[in-house]
Amino acid sequence: MTTPIISFKDFSFQYRAQKRPTLQEINLAIMPGERILIAGPSGSGKSTLGSCINGLIPFSFPGEVKGELTVDGVDAPRAGIFELSAHVGTVLQDPDGQFIGLTVGEDIAFALENACTPQDEMKEIVARTAKLVEIEDRLESAPHELSGGQKQRVSLAGVMVDQVKVLLFDEPLANLDPAAGKQAIELIDEIQRKTGTTVIIIEHRLEDVLWRSVDRIVLMSEGRIAADMRPDELLSTDLLKAHGIREPLYLTALRYAGVDVTPALRPAQICTLALCEAQKEKVRAWFQAAAAGEKAAPQKPLLEVRHLSFGYAPDRPTLRDVSFSIGKGEMVAIVGRNGAGKSTLSKLICGFETPDDGTMCFDGEDMADMSIRERASRIGYVLQNPNQMISKTMIYDEVALGIRRRGYTEEQIREKVEQTLRICGLYPFRNWPISALSFGQKKRVTIASVLVMGPQMIILDEPTAGQDFQHYTEIMEFLRELNAQGVTVVMITHDMHLMLEYTPRALVFSEGEMIADRSAAQVLCDGILVRRAALKETSLFALAKSCGVDAPEAFVERFIDADREVRTHGG
Amino acid sequence: MAAKTVLNYLPRRSFVHDLTGTTKLAFFLLFTFAGMLTYDTRVLLGLLGVSLLAFRASRIRVKEIRFMLVFMLVFLLMNNFFVFLFNPNQGTEIYGTRHVLLHLPGRFAVTAEEVFYLFNITLKYFIALPVAILFISATDPSEFAASLSGIGVSYRVGYSVAIALRYIPDIQRDYHSISQAQQARGVELGKKEPLLTRLKNAAGILLPLILSSLARIDVISNAMELRGFGKDKTRTWYRRRPFEKNDYLVLALGAALLAGSIVITFHDGNRFYNPFI
Repeated sequence: MTTPIISFKDFSFQYRAQKRPTLQEINLAIMPGERILIAGPSGSGKSTLGSCINGLIPFSFPGEVKGELTVDGVDAPRAGIFELSAHVGTVLQDPDGQFIGLTVGEDIAFALENACTPQDEMKEIVARTAKLVEIEDRLESAPHELSGGQKQRVSLAGVMVDQVKVLLFDEPLANLDPAAGKQAIELIDEIQRKTGTTVIIIEHRLEDVLWRSVDRIVLMSEGRIAADMRPDELLSTDLLKAHGIREPLYLTALRYAGVDVTPALRPAQICTLALCEAQKEKVRAWFQAAAAGEKAAPQKPLLEVRHLSFGYAPDRPTLRDVSFSIGKGEMVAIVGRNGAGKSTLSKLICGFETPDDGTMCFDGEDMADMSIRERASRIGYVLQNPNQMISKTMIYDEVALGIRRRGYTEEQIREKVEQTLRICGLYPFRNWPISALSFGQKKRVTIASVLVMGPQMIILDEPTAGQDFQHYTEIMEFLRELNAQGVTVVMITHDMHLMLEYTPRALVFSEGEMIADRSAAQVLCDGILVRRAALKETSLFALAKSCGVDAPEAFVERFIDADREVRTHGG
Repeated sequence: MAAKTVLNYLPRRSFVHDLTGTTKLAFFLLFTFAGMLTYDTRVLLGLLGVSLLAFRASRIRVKEIRFMLVFMLVFLLMNNFFVFLFNPNQGTEIYGTRHVLLHLPGRFAVTAEEVFYLFNITLKYFIALPVAILFISATDPSEFAASLSGIGVSYRVGYSVAIALRYIPDIQRDYHSISQAQQARGVELGKKEPLLTRLKNAAGILLPLILSSLARIDVISNAMELRGFGKDKTRTWYRRRPFEKNDYLVLALGAALLAGSIVITFHDGNRFYNPFI
């Protein structure tokens, strides 16, 4: 019998600043060479569990440890973070923030430099490791010249130079587009096969991790292990749903169709899913049972963009001849890989940059002569990171900032701010300091601070990035309510669930051009569009095909309608 | 796209670029020290010659560093002006004679001695300036930290310089998105606003900038510790280059210049060369 490489025994941990333990009664054994997925909603303790394994706890985040934790023979809570770093390699969530070196080569070499490795040896190891993660031709590149996926490869190489036995990935998909996320999971899988390393992935995006197989899923909830099972078994239960984790979409579809999901179906991956003919028939019947949803009538255009072109450098246009129109009351997604021109487009709309060519009209009025401030009263712009928007310490002041200079009396300002806070569900917190709010609440504050100016349209950059299922749902339902009240919502996003569930329409950008303007379901069923926009084909498409449904796009739309139905009326 | 930094690395092949960062830093220190010690005009002119030759050897064109040059000239003019303002008779005190060139009210008469004194100060700046620019523009930023540790600075300090260089572009990007988000909420940062309002509005950018920078620091320091930074008293450097013949020659030259400058300056017991006697 082999001994576990990681073993938790009656382990608990309490952060110094917290009243209650974040981890309680953890008993977990991980065998050498296993691939483990640790899933759980935000605040479930899954990241804390990871920090115990790599030594950040208790060295960088002090607190009280009880019980035992052995990592590769090392008594983890009592060994130093440096000793553990020779056994456990950690790839953190933010591929940009953990890029320490000025170039790829230096970053990969960082751990070797710290271990006083002679330079010749160091260069050789760096070259070898870079080859393993396929970044060898970018050794001289600076971080800003790399994509998110490439940066993550560098981070991985940087911890692999140490010949670690355990690789720990803390939310590796959080900052990647779906295509890069898919590649990241493939790479982790390949490295694991080549080196036999034990791999631990902490992630709440279950379906994306299961693109390649894992041996076990450890489900965390409120600081305890709620389940520790093989994926096929776990996915056959309703534990995921109960603990706020989204199950793979194809399984939700199967359940809607009345198919009983059992381990025998091998539900962990869409490619292993073994449906019998009767079950496929059930799926087909479910699809045909509903009439196609009616299309909403076209709305009067609110924002009209005609032949828009722009370039930061004269010879390299960032946007080329872009034309589209967004109707009043629509909810639209703008998708495409990084650098496709999405952010530039929003900067042009908000007036931070001036177009080289083309026109934009808002509500029938030419925007060419509108100042940034004039535009801001019609179009609100919300950044991805709320911490980059918040400039006051109190919620009330933050929301009031945008209307302070409009000549209102203090009474009028108060009225408007309070009304906005009510819409955003923040009224009870109006006298709170912003620092006391959660990330999702801060996001609401930033949306409120834009809404208070009374815009007809808001543009949000990645509104759901890094959010778990529950927070994602909260934010998106809130945006949907706003939309229902008449605010046009435009979202720049990589989130495919968001597209499918909330935006009937998607504009796809690639290399400065708009290459498609279709329904989200159509986009996600089109292989070429999916590739050019750095997205991933939805698993519903694969399910539809494997069940012999002849119109996969309609199948996806049928699913969205059904899902919406379940959510509004309770499942 | 990204805001251009005032000073940046200008890579190319040249005698100066091929020297190691440590050599350049050590030479810069020796050379500036030599320039600072002496007020002997002959020595200063000699050092200026070496400095300009070094600049030529780097193949960096004046055009590429124009901004820095203009900035320094303005600074220099102001400096000279204030030196004159505080004590217009400094030159006379030093050189012991008084040749008035221009009669101005009060004590502000312009003397040949004062002009000569200011000329010497200006020379000192002109000596240090090209070498300083060379150190920054002809040294690969990756070598900065290694070169600091090469002259005996703790690698922790050296690395904090490297980290700063690494994150300056990121923080600039943060600044841009923050200021745009503020403008979109009607906060004006343009020139039309009165200065006080602009300052107040700029403070609104500062808070989010500081918070997001602190969050960055948190991530970096964890990432660094997880990869063993600070484990040992020393560390090796991926990008440090071995010393070559030219490095030793340049260091020897630096030492010789410093020694020569000290000897010539102090052999007659006076730091000043006096043409007035």
